[in-house]
Amino acid sequence: MLFFIEKLGGLSLALLQEMGRMMNFILYSFYTIVRAPGKPFALFKQLHFIGAKSFFVIFLTAAFTGMVLGLQGYYTLLKFGSEGMLGSVVALSLIRELGPVLSALMVTGRAGSAITAEIGIMRITEQIDALESMALEPFKYLMSPRILSALIALPLLCSIFDLVGIFGGYVIGVKLLGVNPGAYFHEMQKSVEWKDIWIGFVKSISFGLIISWICCYKGYYTGHGAEGVSKATTSAVVMSSVLILIWDYFLTSVLL
Amino acid sequence: MKKASVEAVVGVFMLVGILSLAYLSIRLGKLELMGGDFYDLSATFNSVSGLKSGASVEIAGVEIGRVDRIELDPSRGYMARVLLRVRTGAKLTDDSIASVRTRGIIGDKYILIKPGGSDKILLGGGKIRETESAVDLEQLISEYIHGKI
Repeated sequence: MLFFIEKLGGLSLALLQEMGRMMNFILYSFYTIVRAPGKPFALFKQLHFIGAKSFFVIFLTAAFTGMVLGLQGYYTLLKFGSEGMLGSVVALSLIRELGPVLSALMVTGRAGSAITAEIGIMRITEQIDALESMALEPFKYLMSPRILSALIALPLLCSIFDLVGIFGGYVIGVKLLGVNPGAYFHEMQKSVEWKDIWIGFVKSISFGLIISWICCYKGYYTGHGAEGVSKATTSAVVMSSVLILIWDYFLTSVLL
Repeated sequence: MKKASVEAVVGVFMLVGILSLAYLSIRLGKLELMGGDFYDLSATFNSVSGLKSGASVEIAGVEIGRVDRIELDPSRGYMARVLLRVRTGAKLTDDSIASVRTRGIIGDKYILIKPGGSDKILLGGGKIRETESAVDLEQLISEYIHGKI
């Protein structure tokens, strides 16, 4: 019995410690960003890696998501005889939910895992210790460009996702299934409000923070050896994906 | 061919991203960068059942503005006060009639304005006096069944 209680206490203490470490990590990163913003080139390099190189995969997922929304939406709306509403169905579901969430998940898989692996390998090969011993701050060179560029890149990727998805839906709905093109765009413009765009924007910025935070943190505090890095990478991807979905639910219920 | 520099690729990416964000917010989100090309009008209805803010305001089927806000006006025996944002180009006379109409089978409500013949133009903050309330289809049917019409 006592053993069980001790185990429980130890687990909760470890959890609290982990949460505190994560909080310290992000607060110190922001402090570094404000106090000593790194060289612009470091930021450009990360923007190139997280943003520009994700463009193709975002484009592909967005096009097919929009196309399948057009297809599914069409046959569902056909039951009510209101396939003219297809535009608003595609646009609203993309802008409010699918755009921010799917683009964040794709970026997690493509860039987040790479961030964790890169920083983790720097940690186990003692490159981070080398930086520290030369009085160079690892946060300034490694964390702040990644966090800043994720914050900038995610909203942009999300709006690209929305647009490409809307045109994917257009191709299927209008060109293939014969919805009236005027109705598609008119219904869309009528039903999408400024608030919907705003919610999508807030969501994607916060997802950018979640991805860069979790992935940098997991890499920075990686375990020993190759196995430690592989574990850190896996848990970074799983944790950020799950957190993105949970946070999405909370944001939707608060903002809507 | 020289390989494109990191800066150039990032620049193109930022440009595409910002352009699509701008398209979304201006075309779809109807964000008005210049606030000056609208003026406000109000109208009081007995009932605006089914009307939502953001619904369109039309003359002869042409959209001239949107419903900005709907509120209760207790001072005048619980009527519904509707605030309209109308484009500056659309000038309305003070004897125009505003009526709540239904479009399509789903029952999308909008406000139809029938222009009057007076030469007094309504200015910003003005009030459309003549209104017709939303038609309650169920009530009409029940009146028909019970032989009141």
